Amino acid sequence: MSNIVNLLLAGLATGAIYALVAIGFTLLWQTSQTINFAQGEFVMLPAFFVLAALNLKAPLWLALLIGLGASLLVLGAMFKLIIVDPMLRHGVLPLAICTMALSIFLKEGVKESYSAEASPFPSLFPSGNVSVLGAQISIQSISIFVFALAAVYLLQAFLMRTSTGRQMQATAQNPSVAKLLGIPVERMILYTFLINAALVALASFLVSPVYLAKFSAGETLGLSAFIAAIVGGFNQIRGAIAGGLLLGVVDNFAAAYVSTQYRGAVPLFLLIAVILFRPQGLFGRAEERTV
Amino acid sequence: MMGAKPALLRAGLLLLGLGLLIAVPIGLNRYGVYIMSLWAVMAIAAMGLNLTLGYAGQVSLAQGAFVGIGAYAVAILMTHGMPFIVPLLVAVALSFAIGWALGYPALRVQHHYLAFVTLAFSTLVYLIFRNEEWLTKGIYGIMGFQRPTVFGLSTRTPLAFYYFCLAMLALATAVMAWIVRSPWGRAFVALRENPIRALSLGVDTRRYTLMAFAIGSAMGGFAGALYAPLVEFVDPTPFTLALSLNILMMVIVGGSGFFFGPFLGAAIAVLLPEWLRFAQGWYLVIYAAFVMALLVYTPTGLLGVADRIMANRRTRRASAARAAAAAALDAPGLNPEKP
Repeated sequence: MSNIVNLLLAGLATGAIYALVAIGFTLLWQTSQTINFAQGEFVMLPAFFVLAALNLKAPLWLALLIGLGASLLVLGAMFKLIIVDPMLRHGVLPLAICTMALSIFLKEGVKESYSAEASPFPSLFPSGNVSVLGAQISIQSISIFVFALAAVYLLQAFLMRTSTGRQMQATAQNPSVAKLLGIPVERMILYTFLINAALVALASFLVSPVYLAKFSAGETLGLSAFIAAIVGGFNQIRGAIAGGLLLGVVDNFAAAYVSTQYRGAVPLFLLIAVILFRPQGLFGRAEERTV
Repeated sequence: MMGAKPALLRAGLLLLGLGLLIAVPIGLNRYGVYIMSLWAVMAIAAMGLNLTLGYAGQVSLAQGAFVGIGAYAVAILMTHGMPFIVPLLVAVALSFAIGWALGYPALRVQHHYLAFVTLAFSTLVYLIFRNEEWLTKGIYGIMGFQRPTVFGLSTRTPLAFYYFCLAMLALATAVMAWIVRSPWGRAFVALRENPIRALSLGVDTRRYTLMAFAIGSAMGGFAGALYAPLVEFVDPTPFTLALSLNILMMVIVGGSGFFFGPFLGAAIAVLLPEWLRFAQGWYLVIYAAFVMALLVYTPTGLLGVADRIMANRRTRRASAARAAAAAALDAPGLNPEKP
């Protein structure tokens, strides 16, 4: 029993991270048809911004701020202006390939310019365990879960309650009509990229203390977030949240109860099943077919 | 005369390319010849994906898995002492069958969803390579099989094996050229351009979708069957998702849907990183930056640019001809409407 609770809670903490990354993924897809294969590397990079700032003797809070700012600039604005904007009108595929190249670029760039080894990352939360339903859960896991969900909640509130948020939603649903209604579509798309950059930066700060900062850290994380986004529903934020949490839990249970060699296969089977039998995702809405 | 010129030009370019491909490796060292052979193998794999994606419009992120399937089929059967031709045919047939099966999801879902299904397939195949030790020897890999002897000629030396790969590439190219020009090829293009209209015109889109996957995958398996004796060692590491993505990159960078696109794309993906070795660890960074810059500049790939330039020149020539014709018409007595 305590084992199951343990796995469940740890899975939810992992899942909350997946959800953060998956939300960014779906946001980019919705507003600009960008399938970002570099999303995992986007999570890897901000931790290195922070480490670089720490190496220059900045205090932790300042380093985190610098990390966030650099992410917004590089992964948000520059990514959109330099790569996405010129390629957008040529369809989904060349852009997707370009993000694959970007993922190699970021990974190898960090490896060469910083280190090929895993670097420790300062923890933002106290260590230690608390007892929940007889299971020992680390404060780290709980904090990750709480912070990630808080961020998701804030984002939802922003998108639902504020005028800018609603304009962003309108842009995502129908850019031409949004433009007709006087919504500055371009700026809204830029906001989406900035939000994605903030989400991956947060995810980076939350996971790096656990999994260490390493140039290749994004590979598995990116794939998991990818699967989470599709399983939940590629065109819905709540789908990404549910998909992320579900995948985190499934992942952890698979590691415990399926063979260690094939734990990675379970999410993939889930992905194939969902795409074949419910392509819009478990919580998504169907996209109309255009002739 | 106007029609004959481009055909002559093309034939000349083809001969020149072939001559270079035959002559260049003679001056290269062992590793250089290996890289050229790798290029030929990857060009075959990319050519297969170009049929699936470029001509038939079905996105597949699983081409690397088929290269793996072909390589393992050959490695396993050859260690059991079979002559190369048998494993080669098995590799192609097996990839064809699995590719056909992988086509079924394409009947239900399209575009990015299809990409994700094939992505999952690709990763699953990698897990099988790594974990089913009774069959694949797992992470230890398979070795101890030899390069084939073709028509009594041994291909043990790198150069001999390179020419063998080149001959296989020529064979694959001929088959592909035949497919693309056949009614099948036109049906594939119809499938890409407008599946619903193709269906309404009586094209059996279901069969052609499966066919596009199966033939493309069989090409991948064929490439894998050459990869195994090229490297003389098969283990799971080369066949991760990265290989599938890399082959997809070759197709897009070269020019998806252009016959010779995969040749160029494979050249960039295989040769360019080698030329950049002087930059040491940075070579992949420079390579990735180059690919990004190239795609931003020309999203339709290298041959897409060439095509655009040719089209522009044709338009200009046509409008010059039109202007000349109009001027001739303006000559006195011919055009009564103008004073």
